[in-house]
Amino acid sequence: MADPMKIRARLEGDVADVRVLMAHPMETGQRKDAAGNVVPLHFIQTITAQLNGKPVFQAEVSQAISRNPVFGFKVKGAKAGDKLTITWIDNKGDKRTDEVTLTAG
Amino acid sequence: MTNLSRRAALKSAGAGSLLAAAMAAGLLRPSDALADWNKGAFEAKTVSDALKSLKVASPAETKDIAIRAPDIAENGAVVPIEIQSNIPGTKSIAVLIEKNPFPYAGSFDVSQGALPFVALRVKMGESSNVRVVVAAADGKFYTAVKEVKVTIGGCGG
Repeated sequence: MADPMKIRARLEGDVADVRVLMAHPMETGQRKDAAGNVVPLHFIQTITAQLNGKPVFQAEVSQAISRNPVFGFKVKGAKAGDKLTITWIDNKGDKRTDEVTLTAG
Repeated sequence: MTNLSRRAALKSAGAGSLLAAAMAAGLLRPSDALADWNKGAFEAKTVSDALKSLKVASPAETKDIAIRAPDIAENGAVVPIEIQSNIPGTKSIAVLIEKNPFPYAGSFDVSQGALPFVALRVKMGESSNVRVVVAAADGKFYTAVKEVKVTIGGCGG
């Protein structure tokens, strides 16, 4: 299981300004290790964010996203106490879900 | 919560024994089973092929997409990009790094309750145009570019 995401969400009115840091190597399949072997492709493919269980932001991404990816997005219609859940799935089928509760301010 | 959905996924995988068998036989990699990951677009080696796979037809150049990215990126492994679309009815935002081996870096669906904004960090092998394509609710496509010069490439490691 991968390390937890770091999710920061700041409420500005009814918009949640979200920033998420995921722990992932995001291997491109082009890099070689010290022994000269190609490191196989290993990268996050899909990301879904849900607000109180309802999908609000979805992404499909490639290996071109940097290692330990950081994404920012803004969710409408959010309020304090709402639960924001983010899930990623990588090309090996590994997944990770983390949740934060939005707080005022 | 995680365990529950995982259990549900395992159960449905068991039910779809054909699919499971195909995966076990190596015919399908797990990524192929994900319907919403556009394999064709991600494996395209040119921008025009990627756009074809994304079903983007004749995108119009616009000034209503703001791309914030460094003019000169010192480290191609981590190039921060922020995109703000001011096009009414923006549904999704796609990002292509024109000179990367596989240009299509991803797309972000904001149609279900997010503002037309996304921030990400990408790898760039060399100096290139960053092309953004926005799909609007009326079925039209809009595009804008921003040139980023890279002094150290991010793909060779």
